[in-house]
Amino acid sequence: MAGRPSSARMIRLAGPLKLLTQRFAFLSLLALSLGLLALGRADPQMMERGRAYIVDTSAPVLAMLARPIEAVRGAIVEGQLLLSLYEQNQALRDENQRLRDWQTAARRLEQENVALRTLLTLRPEPRTAVVAARVIADGGGPFVRTLVIDAGVDAGVEDGNVVVDGSGVVGRITAAGLNSSRVLLLTDLNSRVPVRIEGSRQRAVLAGDNSDRPRLAFLPATVKVRPGDRLVTSGDGGLFPSGLPVGVVDAVGADGIRVRTWSTLEALEFIRVVRYDARPLSLDGIEDEDGPVQRRIAPKSPVPGQPVAPPVTPIAAAPPEPLVDQALPASAMPPANGAALANPGAVAPQAQPAGSTTTTTGGDPADGSLDPEVIDRPE
Amino acid sequence: MRSPFARRLISVVAGVAPILIALLCVIIGVLPLNLPGIASIGPALTLMAVYYWSIFAPLLLPPPAVFLVGLVQDLLGGGPIGLNALILLAVCGLVVNQRRVFIARAFHMAWFGFMLISLGVAFVSWGLVSLFNMSLLTPAPFLVQSGLSIALYPVSSWLFSRVHLDPAYRA
Repeated sequence: MAGRPSSARMIRLAGPLKLLTQRFAFLSLLALSLGLLALGRADPQMMERGRAYIVDTSAPVLAMLARPIEAVRGAIVEGQLLLSLYEQNQALRDENQRLRDWQTAARRLEQENVALRTLLTLRPEPRTAVVAARVIADGGGPFVRTLVIDAGVDAGVEDGNVVVDGSGVVGRITAAGLNSSRVLLLTDLNSRVPVRIEGSRQRAVLAGDNSDRPRLAFLPATVKVRPGDRLVTSGDGGLFPSGLPVGVVDAVGADGIRVRTWSTLEALEFIRVVRYDARPLSLDGIEDEDGPVQRRIAPKSPVPGQPVAPPVTPIAAAPPEPLVDQALPASAMPPANGAALANPGAVAPQAQPAGSTTTTTGGDPADGSLDPEVIDRPE
Repeated sequence: MRSPFARRLISVVAGVAPILIALLCVIIGVLPLNLPGIASIGPALTLMAVYYWSIFAPLLLPPPAVFLVGLVQDLLGGGPIGLNALILLAVCGLVVNQRRVFIARAFHMAWFGFMLISLGVAFVSWGLVSLFNMSLLTPAPFLVQSGLSIALYPVSSWLFSRVHLDPAYRA
C-alpha cells in the first residue's frame, strides 16, 4: 500500500527527468559541434591530422566502392568514343603526326639544352619523382574543392606535393595519411599557386574561390593580359616545380581575370603526385638505385635491344586513352602493371620513398623516356 | 511463424538500419560519382535521411546518431569539422519539435517542409562557411545543392519509406 503512491510519483518524475536528460544531451552535442568548429578554426593542423587518420581507416572501403563507379563511367566514356570512332581516329592520326614533329623538336632542344647547360655549368633543376594514384573520394558539399587519393606516406607522398594529371596541375597535397591523402584543388577557396604568364616573366598568384574558374591575383595593373594567355607554375616559394602547365586565361572582366584550368577538376579518375625535391642535385657523380643520374638526364639515343622502358609497351598498345591524355599512360591501366610504369614504389613500397619512385628530371622532359620505338611498335 | 532468434535479429537490424542508411548516404556523397561534364555538387543525402527519420521515427535516429553522421560527413568530406554535425543536429531538433506540422497526412506537406528546411540549411551553411573562412563565398553552389536535394526528396523519401515501413519492423 505504501509503495504505490511513491512509485506513481516516480513515474510522474521519470517523464520530465528523461526529457531533461535528452535536452541536456542534445544541447551538449550542439555545443560540441560548435566547439569542434572553433577548434578547427584555431588549430587547423591538429584537425587535419585527425581527419587524415580517419580517412586513412576508411580508405579501403572508399576505394572498393569507387571501383564499380569507375567501371560505369568508363563504359559511358567508351560508348561515347565508339560512336565517333572514325572522327576520333582521324583526329588522333593528325595529332600523332603533330606530336611526332614535336618530339623531334623536343629531342633536338633537349640535346641542345644539355649541351648549353654543360657549357654554362648551370645549377641543375631539382629532381622530381612521380607517384600515380587513384581518386577515391571527392569533396563533400558545396564549400570545398578537394579529393581523396589512395596513396599516402607509404607510397612517398608528402604534404605540399604537387598533383597533376595528363593535362596540367590539379592541386597539391594538404594532408597525407599513411595510405591516403587529401588533395586541395586549384579551385578551392584556400588554394594559392604562384604562376607565371608563359613567354613572359610576369608573375601572379592563381587564387581559387570555389568557383569553376579561379582568379588571377596580384598581377601589376600595368600588365596586359588577354584571353588565351597560358599560365605555368612559376616555382616561387619552392612548393611547385617551375613550368608546369596550369591553365589559360578565359576572361578578363569585372570580376577579375578568370582562368580555365587545363585539367577537368570535376571528373578526375587518376592523378600523379609530383614529389619535388627543392634541394638541387649536382649532375656528376650522383647515383641512386637506377644508376648515375647523369645518364638519365643526358639525351637518350634509343639503342635497339636495350629495354629503355619495357612496361610502356602494353600501355601504348592499350585503347585510346594514352593519346587523348598522352601524359597519363600509367593511369589508364589497372594498377597491376599501370602503376609499375610511373611508380614501381607504389606497388611495393620501400623504405626510401625518394628512391622508390621513377625519377625524372625537371618535370616535363619526363616524357622523353617514352621512346618512339616503343610507342610506335603497335603500328 | 518466425523463431524468437530470427525475430530478435530482425528487430536489431531494423533498429540500426536508419543509422546505417544515413552513413551510407555519407559515403555515397563523397564517392567520385560525377560523370564527365556534370558539376561536382550532389544533393544533400544526409539531410534528407535526417529529415525523414526525424519526422517519421525520431527514436531510430536520435541526436547522438545524427551527430555521428554529421561528424563522419565532415571528416570524409573535407569541409570544416563540426559544420555538418551542427547543421544536422539543428535540423533534427527543429523537425522533432515541429513533427506534428510535417507529419500531416499528405506527402506534399512533408516535401514543402523539406523545401523550407533545405533552403534554410543552404543559407545557414553558406553564412557559417563564409564566417569560417572569413570571406564571402558565392552562394550559387549552396543553392544548387539545395535545389537538387528538393528535387530528389520524393525519390529518396520513397526509398527510406521502403525500409522504414518494411513488415520486418512489425515482426
